[in-house]
Amino acid sequence: MGKRVAVVAFGQTYQKSSRKDVNGVELINEAVRACLADAEMSIRDIGAIVIGNMDHFEGINYVDMWSVEGSGGVMKPILKVTTGGTTGTTVAMCAYYHVASGLFDRVLAIGWEKNSESDTTGAIITAFSPFWERPNVGGAIAGLAVEASKYMHNFGVTERDGARIAARERIHALNNPYAQIHENWMQGMDVNTIVDLIVTSEQNQMLAYPLRMSDMCPRTDGAAAAIFASEDVAERIAPVPAWVAGTANRHNYVYLGDIDWDHNDTLEGASRAVFEKAGIREPLKEISVCELYLPYSYAGLKWMESIGFCGPGEGPKLAWDGVTDMGGELPVNPSGGVMSSNPIGATGLIRVGEAALQIMGRAGARQVNRKVEYALTTGFGGCGWADVMLLGRARPS
Amino acid sequence: MDRVAIVGLGQTTYERRKEATFEELVFEAATAALSDAGADIAAIDNIVTVSNDFWDGRTISSMAIQDAAGSWGKDISTVEGDGTFGVLYGLMRILSGSFRTTLVVAHVKGSEGVMNLITNAMFDPIYQRALGIDATSSAALQARAYMGLSGATEEDFAYVSVKNHKNALGNPYAQVAREITVGDVLASRKVADPLKLLDCSPVSDGAAAVVLASGEGLKRFKRNPVWIRGVAHCSDAYTLGYRDLARPRALRQSAQQAYAMAGIKDPARDLDLAEIYDAYSYMELMWYEGLGLAPEGGGAALIRSGRTQIEGEIPVNPSGGVLSAHPVLVAGLARIIEAVLQIRGEAGARQVKRAQTALAHGINGPCGQAHCVFILGA
Repeated sequence: MGKRVAVVAFGQTYQKSSRKDVNGVELINEAVRACLADAEMSIRDIGAIVIGNMDHFEGINYVDMWSVEGSGGVMKPILKVTTGGTTGTTVAMCAYYHVASGLFDRVLAIGWEKNSESDTTGAIITAFSPFWERPNVGGAIAGLAVEASKYMHNFGVTERDGARIAARERIHALNNPYAQIHENWMQGMDVNTIVDLIVTSEQNQMLAYPLRMSDMCPRTDGAAAAIFASEDVAERIAPVPAWVAGTANRHNYVYLGDIDWDHNDTLEGASRAVFEKAGIREPLKEISVCELYLPYSYAGLKWMESIGFCGPGEGPKLAWDGVTDMGGELPVNPSGGVMSSNPIGATGLIRVGEAALQIMGRAGARQVNRKVEYALTTGFGGCGWADVMLLGRARPS
Repeated sequence: MDRVAIVGLGQTTYERRKEATFEELVFEAATAALSDAGADIAAIDNIVTVSNDFWDGRTISSMAIQDAAGSWGKDISTVEGDGTFGVLYGLMRILSGSFRTTLVVAHVKGSEGVMNLITNAMFDPIYQRALGIDATSSAALQARAYMGLSGATEEDFAYVSVKNHKNALGNPYAQVAREITVGDVLASRKVADPLKLLDCSPVSDGAAAVVLASGEGLKRFKRNPVWIRGVAHCSDAYTLGYRDLARPRALRQSAQQAYAMAGIKDPARDLDLAEIYDAYSYMELMWYEGLGLAPEGGGAALIRSGRTQIEGEIPVNPSGGVLSAHPVLVAGLARIIEAVLQIRGEAGARQVKRAQTALAHGINGPCGQAHCVFILGA
């Protein structure tokens, strides 16, 4: 049987809209060095590397090969995995399986993106069928706008509800020095006032109804790296390792037109599988903190229902009651989440790294005010795809 | 390492241009592999697909083929690299204890892209791409470097092309199968000095799939297993100028680790055959050396000795190799499939005698930067 696996170290670059001072390999190197320093390890201690990004954002083919002189992969085993927006969590899962297989004890997981070098939406549109979906619905925003519209229709949800999530994510980001978006004007302001300002602002451009600029994630230059270690060495590297309690994904769809927008069945399926493995029965009570890949505001409402934190249509109440704020019962995205930084190939790995920091108690100003037993992370990408990884303080049985 | 077996094989034929879409190719290969294993998709716990956004001309190239690979409701991931690396990830997922069976499927349609531009995009965008460098022109530099080190000649390279294209006559999946002479190779059109047309692999379309299973997972299938005895992978430096292009040290390291895992002491004696990634004729000679089948600089002597012929002591590429069909990404998976067919004794006209232990090999990146070596056994 496989080995137990923990996240033992994490490093990331400061997330910026543009990093003209470095090329991609140098950006990767920054995150790798930060992660190795965090582990007090040398690249010589690393048995294998997993790396991921989305090729068409930088226009580099065979990125795993191109980057070895920055990633530390020279004369090492290295593997590239890539699955669109889920790439970062896919990298984490791949590093997990490397270690769980027993083949490697210490694996470096790297995600990165330099979106400033790309036409991000132009590239994403080519993920969709050239005949059926590129001309009308392909890309990052259109499908989400359909999902949000349907959700609003089903449950009488309003633009203020969406803005409540946007406000939460940006308020949380103020505690995170690595986040790209720091809306300093929100500091200390009442959340109702922030929501009012967001929904009435004439500068808050409508992209595709009901989604405005404030509802969407940015595009970011950044990289992240984490070390996954086996039960044989984890506790020697980190005093409090963040153990992988379970991981699963569902990538069911090819066509947006096939998705049942009343549900997020990929996130439901992957969450159920992970909770079953980890023995989680009441997610809202048992999980201490979340780092969720919420690419847009309404995901912070509807997808909470998909994971099982509340019933259908109850997402807005959870948010307005403050349950998901920093001091609430279940703080969501203390880092500010994807809506505050989105270096796409790194985004999912940042969720895993931030969750690990919460368990380790090393998240600085964004540390939640309690001992973290379980931290839930997710990835979103492709065509309504979901990755889920649950980290825990206790070594899995 | 716990025991994991390959229990199902599926390939499309490899052709210059197929009309089928990516989805149709993947469905054909995956269905063939499941049928070969004697089961259906319900027997599969998780899936690894292999594709590349540049070759497919699509961002998230795996998105187009999720349903064709049978992903609905299952755990699935995507390796971007040669198919051997996809099988390696599929193997890890079983060894982790999370899954008992993995379907691995790779596809490519070289005909839908421009090889020169797609492989030009492997190179540094500031200093190198503008030179027009691509897979073939960089390979030509490597061939020259290797000639300088080893004293091998263009004629020696031609022997590889003659052997592999002839072997392909016994392989119904191969694309370029023919009897040619050393003179034909030497007289073929120059592509990038010293490489000529018949030193180069063709552009191909196709897909391939394998089913992997743990000992427990094998109970779901009807086939006799072929076991994975050893595997290792390693990457050399990227910048061509930082590498000794004539010495494949990453292959040497991968091979030695895989041999140690499989208990192979003398590969030329302990292996019954090898299916290796000969994207260009000279590569086969270099890989002989990296794999320890020949001493450094001894690749040419080995091909000339006839020992790597199909009836020789250590047949290499009895299928015709990559020179006879080069569906990029799929090609390494095809090497694994050919090795398994040989061990099963199902390789038909290309069957070698007494095939108990076989090596399969894949590469990634320019000039064989990274290597993945599998040792398979009955």
